[in-house]
Order: sequence, then C-alpha cells, then structure tokens
Amino acid sequence: MVPNNLNILIVGVGGQGTLLASRILGTIALRLGLECKLSEVHGMSQRGGSVVTHVKWGKEVFSPIVCQGDADYILSFETLEAIRWSDFLKESGYIIVSNQEILPMPVITGKEVYPKDAFKKLRDKNLNVIEIDGLKLAELAGSSKAVNVVLIGMLCAKEKIELDLAKEAIKHCVKEKNLELNLIALELGYEAIEKRGI
Amino acid sequence: MGSLLLANEAIALGAYEADVKVVSSYPGTPSTEITESASKYDSIYTEWAPNEKVALEVAIGACFSGVRSMCCMKHVGLNVAADPLFTLSYTGVNAGLVIVVADDPGMHSSQNEQDSRYYALSAHIPMLEPADSSEARDFVKIAYIISEKYDTPVIIRLTTRIAHSRSFVEPQERIEIQNKPYLKDVSKYVMMPSMARFRHLHVEKRENDLSRDISLYNTNSIVLRSQKLGIVCSGAVYQYVMEASDASVFKLGMIYPIDFDAVRTFASQVQELIVVEELEPFFEKELLSQGIQCHGKEIFGRQGEFCVSYIKQKLEGGLTTEKIKDKIPQRPPVMCAGCPHRSVFYALKKLKIKVCGDIGCYALGALEPLSSVDLCVCMGASIGMAHGFDKGNTGEGENTVAVIGDSTFLHSGINSLINSTYNNGTSTIVILDNSITAMTGHQDNPSTGITIKGQQGHKIDLYRLCLACGAGSVRVVDAYNIQEVTNALKEEISNKCVSVIIARRPCALLNKKYPPAYFIETKKCIYCKQCLAIGCPAIENLGKSVRINKELCVGCGVCTQMCKFEAIISEGK
Repeated sequence: MVPNNLNILIVGVGGQGTLLASRILGTIALRLGLECKLSEVHGMSQRGGSVVTHVKWGKEVFSPIVCQGDADYILSFETLEAIRWSDFLKESGYIIVSNQEILPMPVITGKEVYPKDAFKKLRDKNLNVIEIDGLKLAELAGSSKAVNVVLIGMLCAKEKIELDLAKEAIKHCVKEKNLELNLIALELGYEAIEKRGI
Repeated sequence: MGSLLLANEAIALGAYEADVKVVSSYPGTPSTEITESASKYDSIYTEWAPNEKVALEVAIGACFSGVRSMCCMKHVGLNVAADPLFTLSYTGVNAGLVIVVADDPGMHSSQNEQDSRYYALSAHIPMLEPADSSEARDFVKIAYIISEKYDTPVIIRLTTRIAHSRSFVEPQERIEIQNKPYLKDVSKYVMMPSMARFRHLHVEKRENDLSRDISLYNTNSIVLRSQKLGIVCSGAVYQYVMEASDASVFKLGMIYPIDFDAVRTFASQVQELIVVEELEPFFEKELLSQGIQCHGKEIFGRQGEFCVSYIKQKLEGGLTTEKIKDKIPQRPPVMCAGCPHRSVFYALKKLKIKVCGDIGCYALGALEPLSSVDLCVCMGASIGMAHGFDKGNTGEGENTVAVIGDSTFLHSGINSLINSTYNNGTSTIVILDNSITAMTGHQDNPSTGITIKGQQGHKIDLYRLCLACGAGSVRVVDAYNIQEVTNALKEEISNKCVSVIIARRPCALLNKKYPPAYFIETKKCIYCKQCLAIGCPAIENLGKSVRINKELCVGCGVCTQMCKFEAIISEGK
C-alpha cells in the first residue's frame, strides 16, 4: 500500500546533498500521483551549517514546511543533526540516521563537546531509530557522496514503494555519469531494510 | 510535461512564456535562481549587472526601447535600486517592466528583515505576491498585462519560503510579442520638474484606475469556511493559514493597491477579521485606514517566519510553547575547508586590527575562532566605514582596515574608494579576490569577465582600477600565504595614503582538482593546538590529539604554516 501523504525532513550538514535528496523524493511523489511541495535551503547556512529540507507528499498540500512533531520520517546524514531535529518526529514516525559524526566549529575550537554517547542519546528519546552506516554503503556503491540516496532507498523500502519507480525518479534527477553508482546506492539502502525485516 | 519548480524558476518560465526579452539583475539570496534560470532560455538576453541600480536602469532602457524587461533582486537590493525605481514610477513604461524582489523573513541569509511592501506604497507601484510556484508563473504574465495597460512598472514580491520552495508547474504556451516602436516623448521620458509634475498626476490617476479594476485580474481569492472568523493574508502565510485554521480566508494576490471593496464585503460575511502577515502590519494599517475593522499584529509578532503550528497557537490564544531543546553543540555556518579568506582573517586577528567587514561569505570572519570582523552593515559599506574611522575619533583609524570581496567591491565599493582618495584618507583596504560571487552560489562577475551566458566579456583588472581611483599603493598577495599577508598589512597600515591589498586565490569550491589531502604525523604532534586556531572544519580536535578529516581536506596547506613541528604532512609526499 503506497502512502497517501507523508511528511519528510532531510537534515544534515551544508554540502551533504540534501537538495538532490529532496528533488528525488519530489519526483517519486509525482510518479505516485501525489501532490508535493519541497522547501530548500540556499545561501549562507549552506556553508557547513546545520541544514534542513522539508518534503511534503499528499492529496492536497498547502504549507511547504513540516511542523514540530509532524514528520513521518527524518532522514539524517549525521548523528548530532539527528538529535537536533528529532523534535520534528511524530510518535509513529521513523528517524533513519547515517551514523557519521562531523564536528561543528564550536567543538573544533574546544568550546563545546560532541556528545560521546550521541547515538544512545537518540535512542533514549524513545523514538523509532533506524541506524545505518550510510557512508560505508555509499562508498561500496562508488562514492561517499551517495549517503543521501542510500537513505532514500531505505525510506522507499519502509513505505513499500516499488524499487523500479524509485529508480526512474533517480534517472530523472541524477547526471548520467553518476547514475550507475546512485542506482547501486538506492538498492543497497533498499536491501538494508528488507534484510532487517523492519 | 510539468515538473517541480522553485518559484524562482517558475518566474523565469513566466518571463519566457510572456516573451520577456531582457533580464538584468544582481545576485542575492533568495532571488538568485530567477536570473540563472532565465539565462537558460535563448530568447531572453540575460546579464549580471554589477549592482541592482544598474540592473534596473538596464531594464528601464530595454522597456523604453520597446521590449518586455525584468529585473530581480533581494529585498536590500531594492534599496540600491530605489533611486531609479521612484522616478520610473513617474515615467511609466513603453513595453512592460517587472521587478521581482525577494524578502527574507527570518533572515535565512540576510542582514535585516525589511518589508518591501512599503516600496509599493511609497512609490505607488502595483505589487503582486504569489503563494506557490504555479501562481508565480501566472502572476508574471498578469504583471506584464497590468504594466502595459496602466503604464506602470509592476513589482512581484516573494519571500524566501516561496522563492525556495518547489511545487508543480505545468508549462503553458508561449506568446510572441511584437516589439513596440520607441517614440520620442520628452513629456513622458525626461523627468525634469515641469514634466514630472505632469507625470505625477498620471501616477495618481493610474492607481485609481487600477484600484477600480483589481477584480478583473483574478489575483485575489476567497475561501469561505467558518463565518466566525475571517483571515486576510498573502503568500506563504496563506498556505500556513489553510492548514492551521478552519476560518474563511481572503487571500490577497495583488497586495498593492488593495481591493478594499472586496475585503469590505468579505468582512461583512464574518464575525471577526484578523490579518495574519509576517513582518510589518502593512495590510492591517491599510485596511484600518479605510475603516475596515480588523486586528492582528497584537497577536502575531513582527519577527521571523511563521509556520502552521505558530499560527494555530496564536489563533487559539495559547502561549507559544517552545520544547526544551537538548543541550547539544550548535552548528553555525563556517568558511569551507580551503577557503582563501581564512588565512587573511587569521593574519588580521594576530595583528589585532579592527576590521570593517562587508557582505559575503567573509562575514563569517566574525565568528570564532577567527573572531576578526568588527562591523558589517551592507553591501560596499566597509570602505566608507574604515574612512569614517580614519576621519573620526583621532587614533581609532590607525589600526583599522576594510575587508571586501571582489564582487562586493565592484557592486558598491569603487565609489567609496574614490571618496577615500579624494578626501586625503589613509585607510587600508583588503580586497578578498576569490574571483567569483561566492555566497549566492558562484555567479561570474566583471572580475572574471565571463557573462551569465558563458561568453567572454571584458575582465576588469582590479589592480589597475584601484590605481586609477587614486590609491597610493596597490599590491597583490597570495591569500594562502599568512606571512606575506601579514607583512603587507603591517606595511600598508603604516603608509600615510589610501592603500589596497588584493589577496588573491580562487574560491575553494571552484577547484575541481584538489592537491592531495594532509594528515598529521602523530609522532611529531605535541597537541599544541595551534592548527586549530585557523578554524578549518577539516581539522578535528579529538581531545588529546588532532586529526585531519581527509573527506573534507582539500590540500590548501594553510595549516602547515601554523605547525612549528612539521607534523602536518601531505599525503602526496
């Protein structure tokens, strides 16, 4: 059963590919026959800051942004960012986290400390957390930059969206020279969910 | 086939479908993608102008010549273009002219939250505000019809949340417009007092005419739901209101002039009328001035962006409940690994120099650990402010420099440099020449000589330009070389003339072939933490040791100049 409406938040660090991820999810929505709105971040915060992209699928979508406590999925490319945005998750929602750690500047300067038990912190919040070594799978696919597509593969598997439909969306959004590795990344993400049987 | 477009891209599509022939703009978040998208259509001559004033003047000339033209900018850009704007309102147009301005509530990437709607009011120029991408395209077409029918420029206002949101847009048929002949008419196009007095009458008349005709253009819409409450809103706020409440909604598409009669009728159908608008109480005051009873700003603040839950809470009269956030490290934006600005700010900090900053990525030089920038106000302000320090409180100017990027210098720094040399200034100016307009996403500018269409134009020689403006000393240094930058700063500050240091290195994001990454030889490293002082995101403090993240390192080698123990080694060696 394909979803009728879905609120998705994509979070990470500027430069990690949230924009491509939202465009792929938007294309998937159109192919599912749904209306879709995306809200992106451009400009200053893209320079290594905390970034968030909103994706809303539905029969009728008004606001392009997802509210706190209203996300069905959060796709996070980084552990600290997963904690930062976790308030946005619905009780029934899933937060899919690539367990990469990228140190923010206040940590580099020694003013603040990156939480040692970051993942435990996330699990303690009583959320549905799905952890993945996205970087490893992305590198297996051919590029460390493909973490975004690995997580999309996982979301598609969770929502029982046909793999072929997702592949078509990727073909629509990705440059020819990067297509093959992104298709592999998608499959690896998809399989990761199917293997776990969740 | 339709696709998911940013409203910015949809505006460009609208310009194409309405046969716009000339687009001239200066980049500025959140408006940049309009002009970038327009440049992809062969039928539209598109250019980056050095600033918004020039851009609007180009669009004015093009429309007088007889073709439809457009000019796009962010909200603060409209301040720069305000001089031609107010008189353009008097001359009106020949072929249509549309200005697109993008406001930034919440300041995602701006220095203030000014509300551009007041420009429409004070210059008496009609203003439209779309609420999604498809409407953005439609409103461009309507704007040209209004522009030509009422002999007026038209402004389309966006906010960040509309400009940078994607929604579905189905392309429509493109019309072809015959070029209008240019007919000499000094009473219309030459604004001297005697002609301008006459044209001022036209401004008033056309506004009255349009006010009567607003409903013909179907830009406003009404959703009748609950009779208890009616809400007046526009743009992104309309989308939030539709989800937040079951109130009836009057959505303004033409936000200036306002169709007061229509709002009055709507008001009579509901028990209470609330205006929900981001930033200033613009609609509210306009409606009240016409005796339409309404309220809003005493509930909704003037700061920041709204969202569905905020509006819901405010309408229900509850207090806004902020969830207690986890205490986790913030992640502010940073200069990229390999950014050529980093070493310059490090040198400025070491020399304890006061820094008059400017608008661009290098405003990040104000943040820790570089903490170098003292002031930052608007585009091009650094040079004038440094001159003010020089002429103001005696002695305060001696250790002050202006720091400005190449694109910002060409935008509005040149006049300030001329002012400093003309008035016997002694300030020192550092031009951070990374040969690109970086913050807005890498647009070419006169310092690269490449046009938006990818053609070769004249490449400005900053060195000769500064000499021609009268700088007593101009020199070019390698921005990556901390010692060279330091020596230049020391010498030029003690120079009793206006001097310019051009710190040159291309933006690190433009380089596609990076040298090998560096790593830290742990045997040699004593954890003195000197390398952390430059604030490179690729150098990670692990508590007892330091590591270079090879995923992020681009091999610029600036950090090797910080290490006295030669512990930072290139992987290429």
